Amino acid sequence: MEIKRMLVGGWKNFARGGAVSAATVLIMTVTLGIIGALIFLSALLSFTLNTIKDKVNVSVYFVTTASEGEILSVKDQLEKLPQVKSVTYTSATDALAIFRIRHANDQSYLQPLDELGYNPLDASLVVNAKDPSEYESIVNFLGASPMLSEGLPGQGGTSIVDRINYKQNKDSIDRLSIAINATRTVGFAVVIFFAIASILIAFATVRLAIYTAKDEIVVMRLVGASNAYVQGPFIVTGVITGVAAALLVLLLLWPAAWYAGVKTTGWFGGFNLASYYGSHFALIFVILMGSGIVLGAVASVLAIRRYLKA
Amino acid sequence: MIYFDKVTKKYGDMAALEDVTLSVAPKEFVSIVGHSGAGKTTLLKLLLAEERPTEGNVFFESVDVNDLPSSALHHYRRRIGMVFQDFRLIPNKTAYENIAFAMEAVGRTDDEIKSDVPYILELVNLSDKALHFPSQLSGGEKQRIGIGRAIINQPDLIVADEPTGNLDPINTYEVVEILKKINELGTTIIITTHNKGVVDAIGKRVITIDRGKMVRDDAEGKYIL
Repeated sequence: MEIKRMLVGGWKNFARGGAVSAATVLIMTVTLGIIGALIFLSALLSFTLNTIKDKVNVSVYFVTTASEGEILSVKDQLEKLPQVKSVTYTSATDALAIFRIRHANDQSYLQPLDELGYNPLDASLVVNAKDPSEYESIVNFLGASPMLSEGLPGQGGTSIVDRINYKQNKDSIDRLSIAINATRTVGFAVVIFFAIASILIAFATVRLAIYTAKDEIVVMRLVGASNAYVQGPFIVTGVITGVAAALLVLLLLWPAAWYAGVKTTGWFGGFNLASYYGSHFALIFVILMGSGIVLGAVASVLAIRRYLKA
Repeated sequence: MIYFDKVTKKYGDMAALEDVTLSVAPKEFVSIVGHSGAGKTTLLKLLLAEERPTEGNVFFESVDVNDLPSSALHHYRRRIGMVFQDFRLIPNKTAYENIAFAMEAVGRTDDEIKSDVPYILELVNLSDKALHFPSQLSGGEKQRIGIGRAIINQPDLIVADEPTGNLDPINTYEVVEILKKINELGTTIIITTHNKGVVDAIGKRVITIDRGKMVRDDAEGKYIL
């Protein structure tokens, strides 16, 4: 019965609050809007970093005498490593075909190849790591593997690996790793900063809204209402405010994401805000609704606490 | 029923009340008079445990009010009905809801509220204004709702702080008559006022406070300063 009364009281406070309720919802909408924008920003940042990371890889070239079975066996081993994201096999024949297509209009490349009479290109494995900083350990694994340094067991002889292009790319990979980590850290700091700033603004607004009701709170206590009974309706009002603001933001994000998607997809290297919003709607709904409810409730509890002491 | 034992209340170095000792018996109607700033409201705040005395003790029956933990204050306050000079109705609740709130706060059922609130509204002659918000009521009407809220839970004591301070003579007369009636039905009443007409119309015990000190206590007094 008490909970029902708190719910009804909270709803009436909100509905009859007029300008105060409207102002609180609007400020909360701005706060949740910023949180929504930060979600998109994080996604865009991750997308961009992943795109850059995907462009970084290490190629392992095999001697022409290495059989396909041997190379695929190496591929299997590499794929089992936790730091490896993907391994792509390109046979010597495929490499030649790619070479011919790439230089189809340049006879100075193709003519010597035709004169050779055999395929001089190596088969290769292109290794993509989950993180650029992992390449060193992958290359170390390849160097330490007896199969690759001394040939397959039982066959003896030399390594089937001709060369790994890691050393040539090491500096670039290291610099990129540092840049990616720095961008991620700065991005995270920016997200946290704006999230805290917007939360503080929402807190201040709810506090002001409750300040306008401080005389009311004193009267409620003087007629014998318990602290919980005084607090309840204000918390319900805070939660309703949060829910209303979250719904408003979720609604406004549709046209905003669509418009931004149309205008910025090319600029963002293929990242479409509208598609992201559509495919991640459930997650964004939960984050914004959860933030609205928690913000409204916690801000109300903190704001009202000071009037419940005497 | 109520006993102030050598109570002093200081705000900084300023003593709002100084060494006040007084007692109030059940069913009494006590008027506390004095100039503005004499300490009347401070006395009531100490009784309601809104403030704590700097020295001395305030007893309600056998309970030392100052010893009550804050978690028990609301139980204590339910035994007292408060009437304020500025009415202090909850602005976004209707007249009906303002009175009902006092019942809800003490955990009364919906059926009890539905039966008692209309009765009280009828008693203060405001049945037709049940759905009006405070901003739609006159000063006298607001105060009658305030009295309705104070008596709805049948408290042991009604404390009225300058209840006629913002009212015209006709409404003042009505409010005094209602309070007298409540007292005749057995409820103890303590009223603070500086309205001579109100004190004389009540014609009961008068305690005079001047600059924080109790200077007179007359069993059937008149307003003398």
